[in-house]
Amino acid sequence: MASAPIVEIENVTFGYDAARPVLHGVSLRIESGRVVGIMGQSGCGKTTLLRIIAGWLKASAGTTRVLGENLDALDSAGVFALRRKMGMLFQFGALFTDMTVFDNVAFQMREHTDLPEELIGDLVMLKLEAVGLRGAARLMPSALSGGMARRVALARAIALDPHLMLYDEPFTGLDPISLGVIARLIRTLNDSLGQTSIVVSHDVEECFAIVDYVYFVSDGRIVAQGTPEELRRSAEPFVVQFVHGETDGPIPFHYPAPGYQADLAVVAERG
Amino acid sequence: MPSWLSVAERTPSAGLRQWLEGLGHAVTSKIWRLGFAARFFGAVLLHSGTAFRRFGLTIREIYFAGVQSMIIILVSGLFVGMVLGLQGYDTLQRYGSGEALGVLVALSLVRELGPVVAGLLFASRAGSAITAEIGLMKATEQIAAMEMMAVDPIARVVAPRFWAGVISMPLLAALFSAMGIFGGYLIGVQLIGVDEGAFWSQMQASVDVRQDVLNGVIKSLVFGVAVTWIAVFEGYDAPPTAEGVSGATTRTVVTSSLAILALDFMLTALMFTGGSAK
Repeated sequence: MASAPIVEIENVTFGYDAARPVLHGVSLRIESGRVVGIMGQSGCGKTTLLRIIAGWLKASAGTTRVLGENLDALDSAGVFALRRKMGMLFQFGALFTDMTVFDNVAFQMREHTDLPEELIGDLVMLKLEAVGLRGAARLMPSALSGGMARRVALARAIALDPHLMLYDEPFTGLDPISLGVIARLIRTLNDSLGQTSIVVSHDVEECFAIVDYVYFVSDGRIVAQGTPEELRRSAEPFVVQFVHGETDGPIPFHYPAPGYQADLAVVAERG
Repeated sequence: MPSWLSVAERTPSAGLRQWLEGLGHAVTSKIWRLGFAARFFGAVLLHSGTAFRRFGLTIREIYFAGVQSMIIILVSGLFVGMVLGLQGYDTLQRYGSGEALGVLVALSLVRELGPVVAGLLFASRAGSAITAEIGLMKATEQIAAMEMMAVDPIARVVAPRFWAGVISMPLLAALFSAMGIFGGYLIGVQLIGVDEGAFWSQMQASVDVRQDVLNGVIKSLVFGVAVTWIAVFEGYDAPPTAEGVSGATTRTVVTSSLAILALDFMLTALMFTGGSAK
């Protein structure tokens, strides 16, 4: 299947300050209709990569093409126009706490369209039904559990039928049932709405269960990639350590430090 | 012991250099922040279209910042007016001019106490709430989510709150002054027994609409801009953590209170000196 890539990143380098780059020459290609996982430990640069795809951060080198647009050439109005075709699910949902569930989901429709309020009402109910929370439409976000809040946020993110969905750690802090629900929703929404999805996560099993392809990021570089089956069979030390959650390996247990003896007062004095 | 814990290694000159570096860094970061606040102010003005086109958004914020501040403003105004009545009469009657109490109460309130005290109360009641709300919206990624949905948070969140504050402040100051005059009347006329006709007629004769009332309104408008600008900026600039938001809220109250007092001095010097004062 040789469909057009939705996201194409070539040799992207980025650093919040010049001395400490977060991403070093990252390249990846995400084709239409796929659910792609970007995995790695905390602080490896995967969220930064997601923010570059969302047009939030500009790469300091390399090219980023998303939905056919070259992000480096877009001004902020262009980025905003592109974002209308994207949806993003934030780690903890990021619902507007001063609005009801209904108003949260209706937010984008009211901001970006001139649809009559009755039609918006029907569309909101459609989206809430898709995530199983039509009955919660009149609740305030403070009355929702973590899993429900994330489902409402998902309904809000798909409000304008985005072509590309970005998920930032969608499984963090959820109980097993909510986690299963979110994982299944990501896959079914992607397939039924004809989306393309990028899931940034460090939860191996949940992510492997729903994605078509995985990129492993470590220390700002893509260190491994493949389908979940390929990666499960991989002998690559980093993949083995990550997939099986081993304490030590290419990712050391110890944070870099000078010699142990130098930090121990008694030993240093005797020496 | 690790080398970075040892004090002995630091020579006096290294300590001085470190101190100077710290001082320089503190000064440049303050100036940088001031410049950022000025640019932010410009951005808020530039993105104010939505706040007026969809005035419902601003009305909602006027309710939170203005209407909900009314109780504290009205009660404080009443008490300040009553104290002015007591203290003013005590001083005036020594010179046999107790009837001038109305003038004293009205001028003190309209020129100074109305805008200044209402401004200070507004900063601590509404300013702190605006900072905390925007700061928490940022900390819980609501601002980021809005940007991701291609909605400009400066236009949608910040500008309506800013204009709500600017509109509410002169109205609150006017309510404060009116309530204060009523308090002065209660004490002066009803309790002490100053002649009611003299109280009101002397006030009417001596308070000038342009010189006194308008200048008071201008003051309250300036304070409204200052307080709300500081409040929205501190909220938007707050580090997205619990202590970041609490620090920003404190800074809003402290900075805007100082700004009100300093601006009041400057405005009073411009408005009521140079021979035009009564």
